[in-house]
Amino acid sequence: MKIAVCIKRVPDTEMRFAIASDGKSLDPAGLKFDISDFDGYAVEVALRLNEQHGPGEVVVVALGPDALQETLRKALSMGVDRGVHLQADPVPFDGLAIAGALAAELKGQGFDLILFGRVATDTGNGTVGPMAAQLMDLPCVTAIAKLDIAAGNGTAQRELEGATETVGFPLPAVLTIDEGIARPRLPSLKGIMAAKKKPIESRPAQLGPVHLTVEKLEFPPERAAGRIVGEGPEAVAELIRLLHEEAKVL
Amino acid sequence: MADMFACAESRSGSFRKVAFEAVTAARHAADASGGGKVTVLAIGPPGLSAKAAELGRFGADRVIVVEHAGLARYSPEVFAATAAVQLQPGSFRVGFFSASAEGRDLAPRVAAVLGVGLASDITAFEISGDAVLARHPVYVGKAVATLRLTGTPALVSLRPGAIAPVEQARTPQVEVAAPALDPAAARVVVTELAQRAAARMDLGEAPVVVSGGRGLKSAENFKLVEDLASAFGNAAVGATRAVTDDGWRPSSDQIGQTGRLVSPALYVAVGISGAIQHLAGMRTAKVIVAINRDKDAPIFKVADYGIVGDLFEIVPPLIEAVKRARAEQQ
Amino acid sequence: MAFTGVDFYQMDGLLSEEERAVRDTVRAWVDEHLMPIIGDCYIEGRFPKQIIPGLAELGVLGANLPEEFGCAGLNNVAYGLIMQELERGDSGIRSFASVQGALVMYPIYSMGSDAQKKQWLPRLAAGKEIGCFGLTEPDYGSNPSGMITTAKETKDGWVLNGVKMWITNGSQATVSVIWAKTGPVDDPKSIRGFIVPTGTKGYAAKDQKGKLSLRASDTSEIHLEDVHLPKDAILPKSGGIKSPLSCLTQARYGISWGAIGAAMACYDEAAQYSKQRIMFGKPIGGTQIQQVRLADMLTEITKAQLLCHQLGRLKDAGTMTPQQVSLAKRNNVNMACDIAREARRLLGANGILAEYHSMRHLANLESVYTYEGTHDMHSLILGQEITGIAAF
Repeated sequence: MKIAVCIKRVPDTEMRFAIASDGKSLDPAGLKFDISDFDGYAVEVALRLNEQHGPGEVVVVALGPDALQETLRKALSMGVDRGVHLQADPVPFDGLAIAGALAAELKGQGFDLILFGRVATDTGNGTVGPMAAQLMDLPCVTAIAKLDIAAGNGTAQRELEGATETVGFPLPAVLTIDEGIARPRLPSLKGIMAAKKKPIESRPAQLGPVHLTVEKLEFPPERAAGRIVGEGPEAVAELIRLLHEEAKVL
Repeated sequence: MADMFACAESRSGSFRKVAFEAVTAARHAADASGGGKVTVLAIGPPGLSAKAAELGRFGADRVIVVEHAGLARYSPEVFAATAAVQLQPGSFRVGFFSASAEGRDLAPRVAAVLGVGLASDITAFEISGDAVLARHPVYVGKAVATLRLTGTPALVSLRPGAIAPVEQARTPQVEVAAPALDPAAARVVVTELAQRAAARMDLGEAPVVVSGGRGLKSAENFKLVEDLASAFGNAAVGATRAVTDDGWRPSSDQIGQTGRLVSPALYVAVGISGAIQHLAGMRTAKVIVAINRDKDAPIFKVADYGIVGDLFEIVPPLIEAVKRARAEQQ
Repeated sequence: MAFTGVDFYQMDGLLSEEERAVRDTVRAWVDEHLMPIIGDCYIEGRFPKQIIPGLAELGVLGANLPEEFGCAGLNNVAYGLIMQELERGDSGIRSFASVQGALVMYPIYSMGSDAQKKQWLPRLAAGKEIGCFGLTEPDYGSNPSGMITTAKETKDGWVLNGVKMWITNGSQATVSVIWAKTGPVDDPKSIRGFIVPTGTKGYAAKDQKGKLSLRASDTSEIHLEDVHLPKDAILPKSGGIKSPLSCLTQARYGISWGAIGAAMACYDEAAQYSKQRIMFGKPIGGTQIQQVRLADMLTEITKAQLLCHQLGRLKDAGTMTPQQVSLAKRNNVNMACDIAREARRLLGANGILAEYHSMRHLANLESVYTYEGTHDMHSLILGQEITGIAAF
């Protein structure tokens, strides 16, 4: 099988970060970058499929500045065969602009599967995969938590609110991968050394038109901690209301 | 004055709450523009048109129902093609979708077919001149972006629960239309839709963690914690070290300095005083709820919401209230 | 809350992409596989054998030896960073890797025959063989040239007799590099190295019990009673006390880096705790006394990082001297001991619990202070280097 995995280089926001003086981007000082979480799962899925279905080729593709090559090499050190760097600095916020560049790169290249993470941890959009599929006119299943591939067809499971969907599709196809499907492996030290010798092609990204931009970036207002909703069972209704309307977790 | 479009999500022939949220948002936008019309698209199995009035209750002027025996379940390709045809550029200012599991799949496809912009998973919006300004959580909720979305129609998907449905009853004009693609010709087919049993989730992955401490008094009483977790449906059960040391729960359930470190969207601490070792394992949770009888317990210092009182009186009604809230959303 | 390291002087900028990748990989491995179990292993006094296959698969064992022997072929800075990250977890685990790589694989690599290298190195790198290093004896610690273990040449090989002590990995080792005198006991030039499969008749290892330090590591006594070895058991290029000392230079180099890891773990724990622990209505990190503690810790860690970085670059350039290694080992282990103690104190009563890491590091580091050349011996090595006069 020939598999492409579209990954994104994102800032590690586990760490503390600051908003830049332009008020719409992150202050780059001290930021570390890595493969977006869900994209790491997608890389792992590709590597496992490649191991199960005999040696094929796994290629990682991404848009970004020159520093992106380090992120691509991390995927190579996990076992991916080669990388494609589509130059774009900055990477637009608009998923359709990104999808346009990826579709232009991937269409007609003979990939059996094109994998994406379900959503990038920076923009939180989760739109590029299905958009690229549409632009390439390929079957697409998003946010899959389980996957089987056999004889040119696939079966996937998607988690909906309170239900599970089973979806059948033919190859070639575009899939976006949810977390939990396959924990990404750590690269081995030999893999890190081997990655230096694997090829990364680099060319300008053919971005699609941009309709969506960031106007302003800010931190959410701090909630006052230590807030007592009330005493005894009478407070339950108010707690439910706050969880639903204010915290939006229910 | 601008016309709006909303896509009303249904499952198994019934509209979901997110459908009413989308219609409410469209109504609000149309009214804010000086009184445009709201057109709502509903796609599903035969019989859906009989429920179109429900969409009128939230302000739909016109409902386009696409019914087909082959559309009892979601069909991404048919839905996307149909929504794109109904949402032809020129007639609508904004198209509202839900950022539900289905809507997150559908909206990007429609945007790509039409070649228009999509702001996904937004929590608030306003139309300002030739742009839609939308609020959208970024960096895993650690920051909030205001997005500028240009072009017509501008598509948005609304984070479930962000916009409360508001009733503004009208009698909609109901039209029936055919799917833009024969469901039998779809390449991607949903072969099964199964209600998910409340499976026990892993502590590290569950969006909700319900944890119990010494306040539960015995291993048997942990059933309350388990029942509360089941009520959430997507929750894992955790415990403090005191509890695992006493053998009330397996040590793999322990959250804290030496146990699991968790950061779920919601952490519910039941009968936990909040020793620093425990706090180390859960303080990065996005929202913390604490139920404890001692109002001076340290857990209340980190909790976003606390209820002071006897957990044995508070948790049972909480379980029922959570079940009700969850049922409303499905 | 993954460990994110301590990098006040942007040392990351001095590292190559591979060096950073190696460091981050081992760091993630330690978080995932070691941190959840190390506290219990320590209390129970056992080495976590189950981590060996994972360490081997990662490529940690003998990571700076060439790829032709199944190793990762890393440079010495990357190797040092591995030791740093392992010791951020526990000194005992770093000791395991140090012994396997620097004290067993290195002498076979540098003093062994081609056949010995081919036979042993790939299996040691894969963790299929576990090695130990028998130099120290009950009465000869800082003065190894005085050793009384002997290797008598016979018609068809060698016969070894003697006792070795404080041998890391001793009980679980499948192969042992034993140093013995082939001539009279007053002739340190006759010291040679031997590869001894631990199943050989007359070879016995027993655990040293009652340790209050390095509890997650095996430390053993080895008894050699008429151990018959074939002719080719000897390391052909070994000769004199310089040979085992050259291995110790390799190991001490790794220890210099490892100590930074332990210190970073303690500093990180103390810094986080100081922000969370409320006393007198405010975090203890808001008090001057704890801020001085933390400032001292950060300063010493940063100095040690700069020291090791340059030491690594010198080693890669082939110009590093044993005396430079002595300075780094002496300084870094001592600073790690100080930081572990201060971190433990900052943690208050909680600091004595195994739930926190500082006291475990503190107890471990007392061994690290003493082994591989005690702190005092390294002072004397530097003293000799400065004055030209040996004080020992």
